[in-house]
Amino acid sequence: MTPVLGIVLVLAAQKPVVVASKPFAESYLLAEAFAQVLEDAGLPVERRPGLGATEIAFGALRAGAIDVYPEYTGTGLLAILHEEGIHDPRAAYRRVAAEFARRWDLRWLPPLGFENTYAVAVRPETAQRYALRTLSDLGRASPQLVAGLTPDFIGRPDGLPALERTYGFHPRAVRSLLQTVKYTALAEGAVDVIDGYSTDGLIARHHLVVLEDDRGLFPPYEAAALVSARLARDLPGAVLALERLSGRLDVETMRALNRRVEVDGEDVRVVARDALRRLGIVQSPATAEPLPRERSGFLPYLWSHRSETAHQLARHLLLVAISLAAALLVALPLGLALERWRAGAESIVRGVGVLQTIPSIALLAFMIPLLGIGVVPALVALFLYSLYPIVRNTYTGVRDAAPEAVAAARALGMTDGQLLRLVRLPLAAPVIMAGVRTAAVIDVGTATLAAFIGAGGLGDPIVAGLALSDARMILAGAVPAAALAILVDLALGLVERTVRPRR
Amino acid sequence: MSALRAEGVTVRFGDVLALADVTLEVEAGECVALVGESGAGKSTLLGCFNRLAVPESGRVRVLGEDVTQADPVQLRRRIGYVQQEGGLLPHWTVMRNAALVPWLLGQADATARATAALDLVGLPAPTYGARYPSALSGGQRQRVAIARAIAAHPGVLLMDEPFGALDAITRFDLQQAFAALRRRLGATVALVTHDLREAFLLADRVAVFRAGRIEQLDTPERLQREPATSYVRRLLETARA
Repeated sequence: MTPVLGIVLVLAAQKPVVVASKPFAESYLLAEAFAQVLEDAGLPVERRPGLGATEIAFGALRAGAIDVYPEYTGTGLLAILHEEGIHDPRAAYRRVAAEFARRWDLRWLPPLGFENTYAVAVRPETAQRYALRTLSDLGRASPQLVAGLTPDFIGRPDGLPALERTYGFHPRAVRSLLQTVKYTALAEGAVDVIDGYSTDGLIARHHLVVLEDDRGLFPPYEAAALVSARLARDLPGAVLALERLSGRLDVETMRALNRRVEVDGEDVRVVARDALRRLGIVQSPATAEPLPRERSGFLPYLWSHRSETAHQLARHLLLVAISLAAALLVALPLGLALERWRAGAESIVRGVGVLQTIPSIALLAFMIPLLGIGVVPALVALFLYSLYPIVRNTYTGVRDAAPEAVAAARALGMTDGQLLRLVRLPLAAPVIMAGVRTAAVIDVGTATLAAFIGAGGLGDPIVAGLALSDARMILAGAVPAAALAILVDLALGLVERTVRPRR
Repeated sequence: MSALRAEGVTVRFGDVLALADVTLEVEAGECVALVGESGAGKSTLLGCFNRLAVPESGRVRVLGEDVTQADPVQLRRRIGYVQQEGGLLPHWTVMRNAALVPWLLGQADATARATAALDLVGLPAPTYGARYPSALSGGQRQRVAIARAIAAHPGVLLMDEPFGALDAITRFDLQQAFAALRRRLGATVALVTHDLREAFLLADRVAVFRAGRIEQLDTPERLQREPATSYVRRLLETARA
């Protein structure tokens, strides 16, 4: 065997490098650039874009479920290490690099070359009317203004609390807005102030005024590739390839790239490839086919993505079917058992109901250390969310099914098993099925969140479309999901008709 | 040998004394009515016979057998039972309802027995057998419940206010029909009722219950002629009024 063949065999058996991103445009773009430089170096790559948020992406990296994703030093310092901000960018980088290596054996590659810190922005009219130039000005005018802030910003110590403390920022109202809707909300006047990022392409599009951080409140947020221990140890080639990006992306470049994705709606792959070529990082590959620069309507878009959508639909249906079947296997016997043990029934049913109130993102983030990312934690989450309607309806349905008939049948000599099988279950069937249908429809909706942990399904285009401001993409996930919900309900309606006894 | 026999039976539900040292015998072929106010213990005594209620002390025998020695499910299949209302299985046809106990007993001729029982209560199977309870009147439903109770030819019949939920005319019709049926079958019956006139019409003897005790146990004639206590006298007066 020649050494060359041996190398080829090793490469063929090699696990792909899993490249992930968080669910916003810049993160998608950087992850795609990572993926392309890795592919250029001849490494197999698996893309897992759009993972929930910091907790989920970082959790997945720690758990070894992904190998690299773009992160920011400020986020690492404040949101992950829970430390105070450090104002010198170099010191901040040294701190996170040292701590991440020590605590989790994770590596921060040298920064990419730009900072993406918070940019508090207002409409030009607002800036003019209240003479706003700096955040100090904003603090004075804030009682007249309505703020629309991302939940992330409201919660983190260097976000709203710091703004309140440092600049006396006390707006008339604070609305919690998702990343993807805040620019529209600001442009349309629904809110007056938003938190953006300094590299957002949409700041230019809406001619927004970014207020100067005159007291140096916001810590530096330098972008860099955050890399798993496995990659750093086993694939030095991958690290070398990724480091070709270090120091190559300045803030103007990044803002222009973000704008192409967010505002012009260009394909992330195309924008990343163009950028890598122009920077001379990747030679224009002759094999890469030109991707269409389409801006067609929704239906043509859906048609051109039909096989992708079909795959996502199939995956979605699989997630729903498996989690619902598992929930049925647990919830039905549990509901029946509780009917026999009524003393504890209400508190247990209520306890199962509490599961329903756990925010899905929190549940998903919580499960990453145990189950990693992908289909398994998604199934577990969907399973947990499906339990309550089935347990509740089974318990209530069997308890309240024709009590006189049950009493008479017992008095005439039916065994408990016969009572259950012949009387209580058939009579409770419509109520139980109502619970199953409720669970199924909720399941179809909740399964779109599976995209946040890389489980695929119709949530993929929704999350990507939200991040990339592409309505067609969002609809390409949402419309099939809605249709699926209706179809699943109709199908279970037919099942209900067969199990509902005539009377 | 008495068909039903309760001897010194005491039943307590938590702190509530439902039956206090009650003794009652029902001879084979006899009908004894248990009358009294709600909560006086009538239905509880009925429950002692088919082990839906468990005495704290005392002995209960059905057809000579100590009920504590019997398997409760098997015991119940040997005893006919009719309750006030809603006792039919709503998702079963009249025929399947009537055939319930023979079917539970594994009798091969369950359908034939059900057909015969439905004939006896005046609901011929060809007309009514395939209907569901929801398609019947209240009186017809109680007739099916009686047919179901007698289809397996049980040795004894327990009836808990079987005509209580019916309107006056239907109740009268059913009482007459049941009186005739009982004479024809020679059935042993323990009948719980609020209605003293119903008791006098149907029963050979009447037991007046009050607060878990039997106040008086006598034939209708004796009871009316010689009420043993002022309570029984008052009960008779309200019934006449």
